[in-house]
Amino acid sequence: MDLDALTGCLASSACLVTQTTSGFIIGMLLFLVAVGLTLIFGVLKVVNFSHGAFYMFGAYFAMTAYQFSGSFALAMLCGAAGTAILGLIFERVFMSRVYGADVLMQLLVCYAFVLIFDDVVRMIWGPEFKSMGMPAAFQVAPLFIAGGVVPPYYLLLIGVALVAAMILGLGLARTRIGKVIRAAAHNPGMVSALGINTGLIYGGVFALGGMLAGLAGALAAPVRSLTPGMGFSVLIESFIVTVIGGMGSILGALIGALLIGMIRSFGSLGFPLFTEGLMYLFMVIVLVSRPTGLFGKEVA
Amino acid sequence: MTELQAEQALEVPHEAKTRRNRDAVIALAVFVVLALLPAVFSSKLLLDFVIRCAAYGLFATSLNLLVGYTGLISFGHGMFFGLGAYGFGLMMQKTGVPVPVAFVATLAITLVVALVIGAICVRLKEIYFAFVTLAFQMLIHSTILSWVSLTGGDQGLRGGIPRPPFLGIDLSNQLHLYVASCALLVIGLFLMHRIAQSPFGYTLRMIRDNATRASFIGIDVWRAKLTIFVLAALFASTGGIIMALFVSGAYPEFAYWTISGEGIFINMLGGVTTFLGPMVGTVLLLILNDTVTRLTDYHGLVLGIVILFFAIGLRKGLMDFVVEWYAQRRNGARERG
Repeated sequence: MDLDALTGCLASSACLVTQTTSGFIIGMLLFLVAVGLTLIFGVLKVVNFSHGAFYMFGAYFAMTAYQFSGSFALAMLCGAAGTAILGLIFERVFMSRVYGADVLMQLLVCYAFVLIFDDVVRMIWGPEFKSMGMPAAFQVAPLFIAGGVVPPYYLLLIGVALVAAMILGLGLARTRIGKVIRAAAHNPGMVSALGINTGLIYGGVFALGGMLAGLAGALAAPVRSLTPGMGFSVLIESFIVTVIGGMGSILGALIGALLIGMIRSFGSLGFPLFTEGLMYLFMVIVLVSRPTGLFGKEVA
Repeated sequence: MTELQAEQALEVPHEAKTRRNRDAVIALAVFVVLALLPAVFSSKLLLDFVIRCAAYGLFATSLNLLVGYTGLISFGHGMFFGLGAYGFGLMMQKTGVPVPVAFVATLAITLVVALVIGAICVRLKEIYFAFVTLAFQMLIHSTILSWVSLTGGDQGLRGGIPRPPFLGIDLSNQLHLYVASCALLVIGLFLMHRIAQSPFGYTLRMIRDNATRASFIGIDVWRAKLTIFVLAALFASTGGIIMALFVSGAYPEFAYWTISGEGIFINMLGGVTTFLGPMVGTVLLLILNDTVTRLTDYHGLVLGIVILFFAIGLRKGLMDFVVEWYAQRRNGARERG
């Protein structure tokens, strides 16, 4: 425990800015993964345990695309589109077979794919740590805000995640497709009786969730190292986020992700070894006081 | 009450008693067979394999008491496996008390921890129960990692666990450890089977099938769930103790959530509707793990495909499948005959 470091940091504006930015990017990446998780749970009532794998594939797709084309925008596109296609295939071929079955069966199918995907990545890209490297466009001097260091890439990352959150939120609230998705979450039988192809919606939602996780992976690729199994810790953390925020709530995922980001960022100063423990502790406290999460609806 | 009903009511305790005796005889026979095994096969690998089966088997079967019998899908049952291994290892390393004392003390610690965690967890329903148990598991895992002075952090408990002989039993001898593990396994399975077959066991099944109804006929659902949560934790802890004795140490992986994941997987593999399903699953998974790691580097790929086969192909565990197949065959024979 190192409380002096924590109080020292809280007193200095430079450290405060640096830690807050780092909390923001952890939170924003987590949000993109967690919002897909929460969306899939809300509509399909499936806890997608293999969601971390999409994050991993997003990062690897982006790295490969970047190495071949050298274009950062193309890399992001490949990361997002590739995982969207993967999500669609995964849902239509495998997950759709276990919708009626036990929750345990769904978890097992996902668990199987966690194992398979990790090994597939190891086969294709090798077991060692990889790095995509920062694109040339962002290799510029960092900004200094109130004495704190903020790399420009971080701003882009936060911006993209916020735009994605806004598009998603508005899309679900205002558009026709959004309404259909919400209706399908509420009562799939009625939606399908009205002549809407619910299978298509399910596949689409899964693809969207996969795409968001893939985008998060692609955005993280320049700043994190890539390794098979990298999706795992992200998965566990985004679970915490969805549980804290409330399963099925987009706003909850955003708030939860930012809270966890800040806990990680500031906790690593005060409790370097117990940072993860802090997150779990926080989750326990939230679950015990509000079992459905901060923004979850009361389930009868 | 008519005479006939009264007679039936009287018959039940008698029947239960014979069943208990039959269980005890079977348990004793299994133990004798296992204990004589080294006399026939002198392979050290086989003994090691059975010891590992005992550790994981106790853990997986106790998880089935929660998952299969009570419908509590715990994602953090492995925390008690880790707690048993670390509690026992630390007790032996730091205090030097005799093995049986450390054993009982570890179970006592598990009891207290399980009571506290259980009291918080069993209030929550289904998926939230799974999440909060997972959170507690990771909390314990993080504590082990960060409390370096006590637990050795990510290095685990190193330097071996002292195993002083007691009552003529020397657990540092592989043969003695083997027989002791078999005894613990058989006793543990016997006790768990008694729990599953007791009136309390049937209360648990009722809670699984319809908790509202159970509470309407006056069952304290929270207390029943808490009781089985604690009991299952004790057996899982025993499995952890066997593991600590076997590897002569304790590692953070014992408390990591993947242990719980494996436990769930073992249950699915073997089947949750029969008592011995998890035991069958344990043996299957350990054989599978051992052969696959020997044959290929892509261990997860093969294991994943096997899981998919069970989950999508069979849609049930192996023992569920066998039991159903047997029942169908018997019904078929009856119809023909």
